[in-house]
Amino acid sequence: MKDYNRNSQAFSKGMKDAIPIAAGYLAVAFSLGMTAKRIGLTPLQGFISSFVNHASAGEYAEFTVIRAGGSLLEMAIIIFITNLRYSLMSLTYSQRFAPDTHWLHRFLMSFGISDEIFAVSVGRPGDLVPAYTYGVMALALPSWCTGTALGIMVGNILPDMVVGALSVSLYGMFLAIIIPPAKKNKIVGVLVVISFTASYLATKLPILSELSESMRTILLTIVISAGAAILCPVKKKD
Amino acid sequence: MYNVYLYILVAGLVSTLIRVLPALFIKKKIENIYVQSFLYYLPYVTLAVMTFPAILHCTDHVLSGLFALAVGTILAWKSENLFLVAVASCIAVFLAEFLYMIF
Repeated sequence: MKDYNRNSQAFSKGMKDAIPIAAGYLAVAFSLGMTAKRIGLTPLQGFISSFVNHASAGEYAEFTVIRAGGSLLEMAIIIFITNLRYSLMSLTYSQRFAPDTHWLHRFLMSFGISDEIFAVSVGRPGDLVPAYTYGVMALALPSWCTGTALGIMVGNILPDMVVGALSVSLYGMFLAIIIPPAKKNKIVGVLVVISFTASYLATKLPILSELSESMRTILLTIVISAGAAILCPVKKKD
Repeated sequence: MYNVYLYILVAGLVSTLIRVLPALFIKKKIENIYVQSFLYYLPYVTLAVMTFPAILHCTDHVLSGLFALAVGTILAWKSENLFLVAVASCIAVFLAEFLYMIF
C-alpha cells in the first residue's frame, strides 16, 4: 500500500511536470504535422510515426526520405544519425536505474526517451523512479502524436505567431532544467555559457553551419561534454 | 519508393533499438570517473546547445526570442518551477510580438 501511494504520487508529479512539455510538444508536433501533410501523409500515418519515433529532428528527416522516395537503408542511416543522442541518454539511464529494476521498466522507460522526458527524469536526484517517468510519458507522448495528427488535419488554422510563441515554451522548459543546476554548480554554469556560444558560432562558421541541426547538436554535445569531463571530472558524491 | 507504412516501420524500429539497447543491456555501473562525468554533463550541454540560438528563431523577430531567453533565465534562476518558467517565456514572446505589431 505504501508502495502504491508512493508510485501514484510520483506518477502525478510526473504528469504535472509534463504540462509544459505537452504544451510545447503540441505546438512543435503541429508544425511537424504541417510538413507531413505536404508530403501526403494521412493523420493516422503521422500519429503512428510520432508514436514509434517521437523525435522532432528524427521525424523531419524521416519525412524527407519518404518525400524523396529513398531506400530503406537510407532511412535507417538517417534515423540512426539524427537519433543517436538517445543512445547516450539510454546509457545514462542504465547508470541511474535502481539495481533491481525489472527489464520491462528498463524497456518502457528507455522507449519513452525524448530530450525533454529524459531531462526531467534525470533532473531528479537519486535512482530513477519508473512511475515518475511514466507520468511524464502519459501526458507528453499522446500530446506529441495528437499534435502531429492535428497538424496534418487542420494545417494552417493557427497563425504563425501563436505556433511560434507556443514553441518558445519548450525552450523555457529547457532553461528551467539547466539554469538551477548552473546556479548551484559553477562548472555546469560555465558549460551552459560555453554551449550557448559554441552553438551560436556553429551556425555561422563554414563547414559546421552546413551540417544538419541534429548533427551539430550531436557533435557539440560530445565535444563539450567530453572536454568538461577530461578537464573537470566530477568528484565522487557518495 | 515503398509503402509509407514500411518507411515508418523502419524509422520506428531503428529509433526504438537506439533508445532501448543501452538501457536493457548495460547493467554494470561504470566506475570510470571520466565516463561518469561525461554522462553527468551531457544532458545540460545538449539542452543548452538546443536552446540557443534556436530560441531566437521561433518567432519573426530575434529580439522577442532574446526577451523570452532573458525572462526564462531570470525566472529559472529564482525558481525551479518548470511550468512557471515555460509559461512566462511564452507570455514574454507574446508581449514582445504584440509590441512589434503596435509600433
